[in-house]
Amino acid sequence: MTAERPAPPEQSVVLALEAVDVWLSGRRILDSVSFELGTGEFVGLIGSNGAGKTTLLRVILGLQRPTSGRVLLGDEARSRGNRSIGYVPQKALLDPDVPLRARDLVGLGIDGDRFGMPRRSAKRAGAIEEMLHAVGAQHYADARVGELSGGEQQRVLIAHALISRPRLLLLDEPLANLDIRSGQEIIELLERIAKEQAVTVLLSAHEINPLLPVMNRIVYLAAGRVASGTTDEVVRPEVLSKLYGHHVDVLRVHGRILVVSGPGSGDEETLSASPALVVG
Amino acid sequence: MHQLYTAVFEPGFFSSEPVRVALGVGAMVAIVSALVGVFTVIRGQSFGGHALTDVATAGGSGALLVGMSPLSGFVLGGVLGAGAMEMIGVRRARGRDLATGIVLGAATGVAALFLYLDTTSGATTGATQQILFGSIFVIDGSTVHYVEGFGSLALVLLGFIYRPLLLSSINTDIARARGISVRLVGTLYMLVLALSVGLSSLAIGTILSTALLIGPAAAALRLTKRMGWTLAVAASIGVGATWIGVLLAYDSYYWGSSGNGWPVSFFIVGLVFLAYLASGLPVVRAVTGRRMPSDLNVPVVER
Repeated sequence: MTAERPAPPEQSVVLALEAVDVWLSGRRILDSVSFELGTGEFVGLIGSNGAGKTTLLRVILGLQRPTSGRVLLGDEARSRGNRSIGYVPQKALLDPDVPLRARDLVGLGIDGDRFGMPRRSAKRAGAIEEMLHAVGAQHYADARVGELSGGEQQRVLIAHALISRPRLLLLDEPLANLDIRSGQEIIELLERIAKEQAVTVLLSAHEINPLLPVMNRIVYLAAGRVASGTTDEVVRPEVLSKLYGHHVDVLRVHGRILVVSGPGSGDEETLSASPALVVG
Repeated sequence: MHQLYTAVFEPGFFSSEPVRVALGVGAMVAIVSALVGVFTVIRGQSFGGHALTDVATAGGSGALLVGMSPLSGFVLGGVLGAGAMEMIGVRRARGRDLATGIVLGAATGVAALFLYLDTTSGATTGATQQILFGSIFVIDGSTVHYVEGFGSLALVLLGFIYRPLLLSSINTDIARARGISVRLVGTLYMLVLALSVGLSSLAIGTILSTALLIGPAAAALRLTKRMGWTLAVAASIGVGATWIGVLLAYDSYYWGSSGNGWPVSFFIVGLVFLAYLASGLPVVRAVTGRRMPSDLNVPVVER
């Protein structure tokens, strides 16, 4: 199962990080992070809580300035508020009181950063309708966003992020608040979008297994350091032991992966959310 | 028929100059307050809005003390108060609460002093009533121009920041990732809020101006599911309550034998409150198509 992942298509570099260091209040959060992502890749940013995933995403978004190192988008240096990146934040559950229909929120993805009142046009409405269909949200397009379920809101937020036609779609823990089936559907949706729209999808998660069938590339983050490549290249005891700085075992059980921090260290850490998941 | 007409509109209502001014000023004030109020409610800044009314009290009573018009004091006080809250840290939830509380407390203390001095100085013995409960029937011509000016400025600014404000009110992370300066937009919004509070303080008084800011918006948010309608319904409720309030206050001069009317602010605020209560009635919701949160049944599309 793990061997039959699609090989990453050969293409241009969408995002490159070169030796990025981030220090926050005297602590080194990111330690010489370097990797490249190509067009249309489906990339999992994997790491346990506190490994630096959110900081790394903020660096890519331009919301956190690296202490040293460079972030390149295509060939350009990163600038704040670049429209070539779409972003779906963590736990972005919306307030039920906000009077916005799903289609209004998607529309804000087109021009929400512009000053002045919105202008309606048939072209704009058509683009919104098309994007709602692309994410399978057409049935609740006229419902208040805040009253939708977590998975439905996730789809609408993805449509919001995608409608400005970014080359890179970042999602911070999109599976965290979803039940297993909704999470699975979101993964399938993102995989389809990456292929159909030639968008690079970078999604952070602390659980590796749901992503195994779809990832072209894994960016594995531990203790602020990164290893990047295919799952088979990265999720190996030698590579991860070096990353964590102590011995790590990688167990493969029925096509699932369990990463176990070294014996006797007292801080066993697994990348599966629960043992039940591994057994089941 | 004629009897009914004169019972509703007591003699002289439409020919009275103060009434005409009150209807015009009231409409402008109600529209600005309602539109700004929708964002105030969405952003959860009702308390901040109320704190600004206390600063406006200090500003308005201070203006009277030095012989200026209360409106300039309301607006100046509101803008300075908004600036102070922004500086102390209005952006973080806890910081915002703190900033609001500190500014509110300090302003109320100053207002207590100014109002005391106003009432004891003799020339403006009605100051407390005028500042705290409004003066919509005694607005002079030059003040009308200021109301139009400040009101238009607030509406233009709100229209200018409309989309970035909406996006950053929904989720600051999304807004920042889009390159929106959440801080700049938030500061401009506080300025608009200060203008709005200044205007409603003039009309119905500083103490009651929160009602005109929050009430119509809160009712409209219960009745509508898209921003355009929310704004329209909020403005309608605000203007409706203000106009009917002015009418009732005028009529109230004829109710008793004493010849004293009831305060217009009481009627406006009471009507706003009734509108909010009505917006929760199932029958009203059925007409507007908005369901109660409890009987939400979101269509299940996942197969």
